[in-house]
Amino acid sequence: MSVLERAQAAPTAPRPPIVNDFSLVVATANGTGSQTANLTLLRSFFRLGIPVHGKNIFPSNIQGLPTWYHIRVSHEGYVARKPPEILVAFNPATALEDVQTLPPGGVCLYHTDLRNLPQRDDLIYYPVPASELVAGIEVPVKRKSYLANMAYVGVLAWMLGVPLPVIEEALAVQFDHRAKLVEDNLEVVRRAHAWASEHLTKQDPYRVEPMNKTEGLILMTGNEAGALGAVFGGVSVAAWYPITPSTSFMDALRTFLAKLRKDEGGHPTYAIVQAEDELAAAGIVMGAGWAGARALTATSGPGLSLMAEFVSYGYFAEIPAVIWDIQRVGPSTGLPTRTSQGDVAFAYTLGHGDTKHPILLPSSIEECFEFGWKAFDLAEELQTPVFVLSDLDLGMNNWMGQPFTYPDRPMQRGKVLSAEALEARGGFARYKDVDGDGIPYRTLPGTPHPQAAYFTRGSGHNEEAQYSERAEDYVRIMARLARKFETARQLVPPPVVAHTPGARLGVIAYGTTRYAIEEAKDRLAQKLPFSFLRLRALPIGPEVRAFVAAHEQVCVVEMNRDGQVHGILQAELPEFASRLRSVAYLDGLPLTAEWVMTRLTEEAQRPM
Amino acid sequence: MENPPIKTNPPLRLNTVGLSKKDYDGAPSTLCKGCGHNSIASQIVQVAYELSLRPHEVIKLSGIGCSSKSPAYFLGMSHGFNALHGRMPSVATGALLANHTLKAIGVSGDGDTGSIGLGQFKHLLRRNLRMVYIIENNGVYGLTKGQFSATAEKGLTLKYAGKNPFPPVDLCMEAIVAGCGFVARSFAGDAKQVRELLKAALSHRGTAVLDIISPCVTFNNEDDSPKSYSYGTQHEKPLHELGFIPPSEEIVIEPLEPGEFRLVELHDGSHIRLRNLGPDYDPTDRMAALARLHQAQEEGEFITGLLYYDPSRPSLAEVEGLSTPLAQLPPERLRPSQERLSEVLQAYR
Repeated sequence: MSVLERAQAAPTAPRPPIVNDFSLVVATANGTGSQTANLTLLRSFFRLGIPVHGKNIFPSNIQGLPTWYHIRVSHEGYVARKPPEILVAFNPATALEDVQTLPPGGVCLYHTDLRNLPQRDDLIYYPVPASELVAGIEVPVKRKSYLANMAYVGVLAWMLGVPLPVIEEALAVQFDHRAKLVEDNLEVVRRAHAWASEHLTKQDPYRVEPMNKTEGLILMTGNEAGALGAVFGGVSVAAWYPITPSTSFMDALRTFLAKLRKDEGGHPTYAIVQAEDELAAAGIVMGAGWAGARALTATSGPGLSLMAEFVSYGYFAEIPAVIWDIQRVGPSTGLPTRTSQGDVAFAYTLGHGDTKHPILLPSSIEECFEFGWKAFDLAEELQTPVFVLSDLDLGMNNWMGQPFTYPDRPMQRGKVLSAEALEARGGFARYKDVDGDGIPYRTLPGTPHPQAAYFTRGSGHNEEAQYSERAEDYVRIMARLARKFETARQLVPPPVVAHTPGARLGVIAYGTTRYAIEEAKDRLAQKLPFSFLRLRALPIGPEVRAFVAAHEQVCVVEMNRDGQVHGILQAELPEFASRLRSVAYLDGLPLTAEWVMTRLTEEAQRPM
Repeated sequence: MENPPIKTNPPLRLNTVGLSKKDYDGAPSTLCKGCGHNSIASQIVQVAYELSLRPHEVIKLSGIGCSSKSPAYFLGMSHGFNALHGRMPSVATGALLANHTLKAIGVSGDGDTGSIGLGQFKHLLRRNLRMVYIIENNGVYGLTKGQFSATAEKGLTLKYAGKNPFPPVDLCMEAIVAGCGFVARSFAGDAKQVRELLKAALSHRGTAVLDIISPCVTFNNEDDSPKSYSYGTQHEKPLHELGFIPPSEEIVIEPLEPGEFRLVELHDGSHIRLRNLGPDYDPTDRMAALARLHQAQEEGEFITGLLYYDPSRPSLAEVEGLSTPLAQLPPERLRPSQERLSEVLQAYR
């Protein structure tokens, strides 16, 4: 069957147009340069004013393994993952399976070099003769295969009605206004668009129309946002060891620091060290924090395992540190390029002995930025390691957001005594609770005062920081650390609560699961109304107890197998343990609203 | 009746920053009586006093082990950081990135450096962090009661550990191979040499490694053990006699046969004078240093002295281009302005 015959063989029953509401997936092989084409599409929708979000579902591989890029376009503003209705089939290795996943009435744009594409009577097929469309364009061979991806951009532009000038603008941003690159790519888009207009007949209902819902918004990845937040939090030392999906956090940090943190003489006012492993990265952060510089590291699960040793030290010796964990799927190497919320329980008590740590849980690029700077205030105010638990989905994908709000308060550097303050106080005791909040005073090395020095150690110590194995000293220090954690409870960002009057069901979640839950909440508004509390940090504050108390049943939705935060909440709220239900699931993909709706409905029907 | 004469202590001698030697003391040592580490700690006190170091400008760091306890026993007016086993290099790196104007004295042991911390040790040297890195090397684990460390000689027999079947790691060779520009070996029983090397090490541009054989009187001090006092005292073979000359002092070299003296200029303008005690030894020749160490290993010699010196590599702080200590940046230099934020965000619209 020829290309055109197949296109014409599709079902012809007219359907009402579906405007600005679809999900599409581009299936390609890793390393073929499709990311540029995909981001061009994403930016084009964004520039048309339509809420949009893209998710890269990619392999742990440099070249050859399959990769899928999901784009959801939603005039209602929903950005959760949604099974796609439109497929761009450019990967022969997965085409068979990819085509089968489309719903009836779905659309398949296929590379005409694909052999044995499955025929389904209930789909609409459009050919994309990518090889022919790039023929004759003067570029090196490797770039030619990259350019071929622009062919599906052109055919999609025709199919959905994306104006070519919008694509041109998106390309200009994508290629940082390098004219030759923009022109080469645009030429393929134009050719594909012209070819489709001439040879294809539109049979599907999907199209886009300009709206004004992205006006003033920005489009950024969570890792970029977090790194930028750290820069506005005054980060001065960063140490890391490369690990997906945190690497782009450090890349962004390096770029932003180079731009924003040079002194008049052109000297950097920061230092970044690529360490020999995560253990050393954590050690560098501890050393810098101890000596008075704001320091961070970014890692993922396996790196966190290595950092456990230093985090335990930092908790006991009371050293400020900021650790970003861009969560991926474990255990062990797990699925290193898939998303998860599987490190929460581990991070919360990371370290041997009795340890617990404040954890910030961003769900958006705005919160990545905000927690990026706030984490340093918290770490220095509390003199302890503070975690920010993002995830691969948030960290590596582009999200819409409001332009970030500049920090609304001066940097909080915590209880650090200067030489003058020491003189006035007549010295200090490093580990003594002077103010009743569990937070002691510290001094920095280099402070010119004979009483400034103290000895930092991970072994037992008394309030004067002297070595001690006395039971009373140990208990006093540990009790104060527990008190300090109660102070942390009041300092961490409170949850965001959306109460639905009369709802019997409450949902608690954190991080990126919010998008599927918010969509499910709208769609279940009649059938199963529920209230939603979104945690933004651990330890929990009084709002969580109040929320749980106010609902007959509370489901804790999260992306891990064992319901880690569910477990933490049961332990923190033992009187409500039986009304807390775990709705946890992890397959490496972000949750869909459909899944949340199904599971909540099931839980609501289960007897208490 | 005549008043009895009032007994007073002799007046304390003060150095150029107005401190007495006592001001450089630390807490009383809890190590075994006679431990080599105590002798090294007292040389650090002596050197800090003689060089008139300002205690608040010094930080002392260590890992875990007997050796690593010792920073508590010197320089009580300096900030100290007793870190994790084998991880002192990373902590020192962070601390000195935060404030590269501090003088850092690190104390480690042979287990801390040669086993659990070998990776961090090598990477510290690769980055050339400006610090003095002392290894108090006794070939044995003390706190866990007498296991061999990675520097124990092959064939050595100890009461607890039996016979050591594995060859030792030579930490000086490791340091030279890793690119370290100041590598010395000494003996805790040779106080003068330890002092002169410490002074020179404090003047070095990057990491200065002092591998000091420091006998463990409890677990590894049998006369036939190469890391015992008696063995060291009898067999130490200094390559040269060392004399440190501060930048301010005039250099006087007695007229002696050519080839008998070497004068090495250190990074801060001070010098170290080496008087050869045997065949001429050139500490600036990297391959010769490795060959000499290899020979010593083969022949069971206990050579000491400045084994290798090369001040050409920049320190980590120089590589990073640091100027004002990062820990001392005022808030306005830490947080860019609101306008800069808007500029950055413009590119994401």
